[in-house]
Amino acid sequence: MAFFNEENEEIAKEIVGRYPVARSALIPLLHLAQEQEGWITKPAMEQIAELTDTTSVEVLGTGTFYEMFKFHPVGKYLIKVCTNISCQLLGADELFEHVKTALDVEEGSTTEDGLFTFEEAECVAACTEAPCFTVNYRYFHRATPELFDEVVVDLKAGESPLSKGCADDQGVMPKHGTLSRVRQQIPKTRSAGIKHPEEIKGPPSWIEEVV
Amino acid sequence: MTDITSAETAVSITVDGKKVTAKPGELLIDACERNGTYIPRFCHHSRMQPVGMCRMCLVEIDTGRGPALQPSCMIECSNEMVVDTQSKKTIKAQEGVLEFLLINHPLDCPICDKGGECPLQDQTMAFGPGESRFIEEKRTYRKPIPVNENVFLDRERCVLCDRCTRFADQVAGDSLIHFIDRGNKTQVNTYPDQPFSSYFSGNTVQICPVGALTAAPFRFKARPWDLTEVESTSTFDSVGNRISVQESRDRVLRFTGVDSDSVNWGWLTDKERFIFEAYSNENRLSGPLTTNEVAEGSQKHAVATSWSEAYEKFVKAINETTPERIAVIGGSRLTNEAQYIWSKIAKGIIGTDNVDAQLDDGFSPEVLLSLNPSTIDKTCKPGGVIILLGADPKEELGALYLRLRHAILQDQCKLIELTPTKTGLSQLATHSIRVPPGKTLEAVKALSGEPSELEDDILKELTKVQKIIKNNDSISVLLGRTSLAETSSIVEEGAIKLQEYLPKASFLPLLRRGNINGAIDMGLSPGLLPGRCDLEEGSDKLQNYWPTCPTHKGFKTKEMFEAATDGQIDVLILLAADPIMDFPDSQLVQEALDRIETVIAVDIFATDSVLQADIVLAAATATEIEGSFTNLEGRISPIRKSVTPPGTARPDWMIALDLVQYLVPNLGPSTFKELCEEISLVSGIHKDFDFSKVEQIDKEGVVLNRGKNKTQTSLIKIPKQKANSFRLVVTRSMYDKGVLSAHSSALKGLAPGSRIKANPKDMEKLGITSDSTVRLIGLKGEIQTRLTPDPETTRGTIHALWNQDGPDIRKLIDSSLPVNDLKIEKI
Ligand code: SF4
Ligand code: FES
Ligand code: FES
Repeated sequence: MAFFNEENEEIAKEIVGRYPVARSALIPLLHLAQEQEGWITKPAMEQIAELTDTTSVEVLGTGTFYEMFKFHPVGKYLIKVCTNISCQLLGADELFEHVKTALDVEEGSTTEDGLFTFEEAECVAACTEAPCFTVNYRYFHRATPELFDEVVVDLKAGESPLSKGCADDQGVMPKHGTLSRVRQQIPKTRSAGIKHPEEIKGPPSWIEEVV
Repeated sequence: MTDITSAETAVSITVDGKKVTAKPGELLIDACERNGTYIPRFCHHSRMQPVGMCRMCLVEIDTGRGPALQPSCMIECSNEMVVDTQSKKTIKAQEGVLEFLLINHPLDCPICDKGGECPLQDQTMAFGPGESRFIEEKRTYRKPIPVNENVFLDRERCVLCDRCTRFADQVAGDSLIHFIDRGNKTQVNTYPDQPFSSYFSGNTVQICPVGALTAAPFRFKARPWDLTEVESTSTFDSVGNRISVQESRDRVLRFTGVDSDSVNWGWLTDKERFIFEAYSNENRLSGPLTTNEVAEGSQKHAVATSWSEAYEKFVKAINETTPERIAVIGGSRLTNEAQYIWSKIAKGIIGTDNVDAQLDDGFSPEVLLSLNPSTIDKTCKPGGVIILLGADPKEELGALYLRLRHAILQDQCKLIELTPTKTGLSQLATHSIRVPPGKTLEAVKALSGEPSELEDDILKELTKVQKIIKNNDSISVLLGRTSLAETSSIVEEGAIKLQEYLPKASFLPLLRRGNINGAIDMGLSPGLLPGRCDLEEGSDKLQNYWPTCPTHKGFKTKEMFEAATDGQIDVLILLAADPIMDFPDSQLVQEALDRIETVIAVDIFATDSVLQADIVLAAATATEIEGSFTNLEGRISPIRKSVTPPGTARPDWMIALDLVQYLVPNLGPSTFKELCEEISLVSGIHKDFDFSKVEQIDKEGVVLNRGKNKTQTSLIKIPKQKANSFRLVVTRSMYDKGVLSAHSSALKGLAPGSRIKANPKDMEKLGITSDSTVRLIGLKGEIQTRLTPDPETTRGTIHALWNQDGPDIRKLIDSSLPVNDLKIEKI
């Protein structure tokens, strides 16, 4: 019961091949799994265990340490409202309540149409722009209920709200789990090679270059 | 880890104003403890790598830059280090850590199994603040969840010390429990639907510093302060692990491992840990039985009798026949002392040499005696090479497996496997070579550079092995049976050849039955007398103590059964042996038992074989006797009595001493003390050993110097495997249908069941799938079964597990053949 689709399985194998020890690929593969499904499913963990020569519980244990890996279904858009002190002082509580009613969801759950998951966030390190919320980790600063509503309208209409965000991003909003819009590529010439740490005797190659 | 043994210069540190010396590289917490200062700890465990998880061991350490709080379990001692374990800061830190640990820890000590022996409880008393400021609600979890059949986890109580998870990962290599989630929600758990199925799971219960992990057999059975404990030796397998036997109201309630440096490091397999349940099982034999005279001729029917009547019957049966028509099988469950006295009865009083403690599943003692002896420590010497010639230590001798695993992973030992099947260590092996069954000698020949008939790819691998061997002068060989469906000579010849090629190599024989090494030392083997000497050499010494002594070498177990089927055996004495279950060729056993006039069994359970006996003498078991045990290294350690045997069952040595009196009145020894003295007098290898003071031996035991003999073996001819035939390989697994496991509720359900495996390519060629039923045809019998495709199974072989539910593979084994080749027919 392979989890990864054909394309991702290829990518997964390529990722595993980057490391001298297969288990180093555990977290990159969790990202890949989350990208494929939006969250990390049981079959995903089991296949990752197989690919990285670990056990399923090691995959689960490692993954659950990281808040951004989700082990339950998540909507296409993950909305997080910061309620830490700076945001709270500048209206996060109102925003929080507004999101709840606007989307008709409880914190920590997903709308019936599977589009939005709503979570409370700890300080997202943008206190100067409080209050903040994020959609799939894209920031919206000095947020108001109105701004939030506009974003939701865009998303529901299939349009990108990113231009309303802080980064002046004109691109599309990728679905939850997408790590980046451009996939990482490591050309052969730049690869450090896959020597096992124990096999490495001399200093790193670039040191010789300098000398 | 740093090898602290090889460094010469000790370092000097100051602990609480006192100068002490530490070994270089030693962890501060250990150095302090060795010098009498105990630093509290939860996560630190000297048999595992430090993690610095709990912070309980914070002390003020000054390495020249002023004192600072540091975890002493993570800091290696360095010269001039100044440590203050009593400073205000240290105390405040330790109190703080404890207060934090107790925030979420339930105060359910009164109903917690750990209460009374709980490091958290004890250290809170000794180092805690005495009061809590926490008034909020504690975090709760569902009360205990099973992590496997026998171990329960109460997550509320867990202090996240990482001991159990480190054990699973580092020591056992079964990373099936792990920390899950983070922060306040962190918990130990298994993956959903994947239990912590490890042969070693019980150890986590032993090392958990709180009551979070508990073992089903002990849950709510007793309070620790009600237990009386004695230190003893596990007689279950031949590693002879040191254990603490804990009893309350004359019932054994728990075994725990004792940390002995040279043997088990505190670890036990679950099988050894929970086997005590069988000892107190109510189905134990509690008195002597004989077959009902009235019913004779029809079905045998056992009735209770008195000891004197049973003894008289025993003597009568012996006197009615001649010595060479009497056979004795078994004895590996007995203590050394009982083995000696039974050896005397058989060889010195009755005068038969048909005595064998091995059930054709071990090795010829002559061969073992001709090899350089080894110990576990020597085998695991850092940097050495370990050659495995057979048997899977993980399945057969679990504690040894843990030592080997450590040697490979932490001490840079290289493992070379020359076995027909994959083992539990294969993944860690530098070279894991699948030598086809029957070809061990060929592999060794190739290693020593002689021409060999193995295939090229194996030869290529072996050339690489040669290089490793050449460059290493610490080479140890583990010698176990590769398969129960082939003769032991296959591995024996390989071992002898290897000894010739590597005269410095030492050998550790993996005979697995309990005290089998003691049995051989005491002469429970054809052609041997106590002290491992042969009949000629030994008889002089015994003259004054033994009325008689056999002059001709007697039969081995297999030969005894063969002779019995020819009507040459009248009396068979089974010393805690169950050949119907344990001997590879079950049909031969049944035919033999049917023809033997009188079968006498000394045992603790009514096993299949005991049920066919005419006289049954109920024996005491390991927790009910005093005595000693000899492990596979020749290490003697004490077995201590903890409880009384059921009914009138008595220790084997006592039964035997009684019988001596019945057979030859007034012949010694008549007391246990005399028995002990007699052994030292007659057995050369025990001459400096005082059996009557065995309980004074410490947990490391005493290794006997057993010397070494020369041996000659005649090469046996292994028939060439016919095309389209499949060679049968039968190996043991940790859990099987054994009588002890069957009587322990913790172990009962754990046998994996029969899975007869074949290589998928072979199956494809024959046009069979895992769904097709096939007939496996051996020379003597056949069975119908399905085959499980398994790419690890060598092509041209069939791999089956010994003694499991399902089709009886013993039907396929003809023990008169050196190897058993099968035909497969599709139905
Ligand atoms: S269950 Fe016990 S051993 Fe395991 S982490 Fe918790 S406290 Fe430590
Ligand atoms: S408090 Fe909300 S971003 Fe810092
Ligand atoms: S014992 Fe040192 S941190 Fe736990």
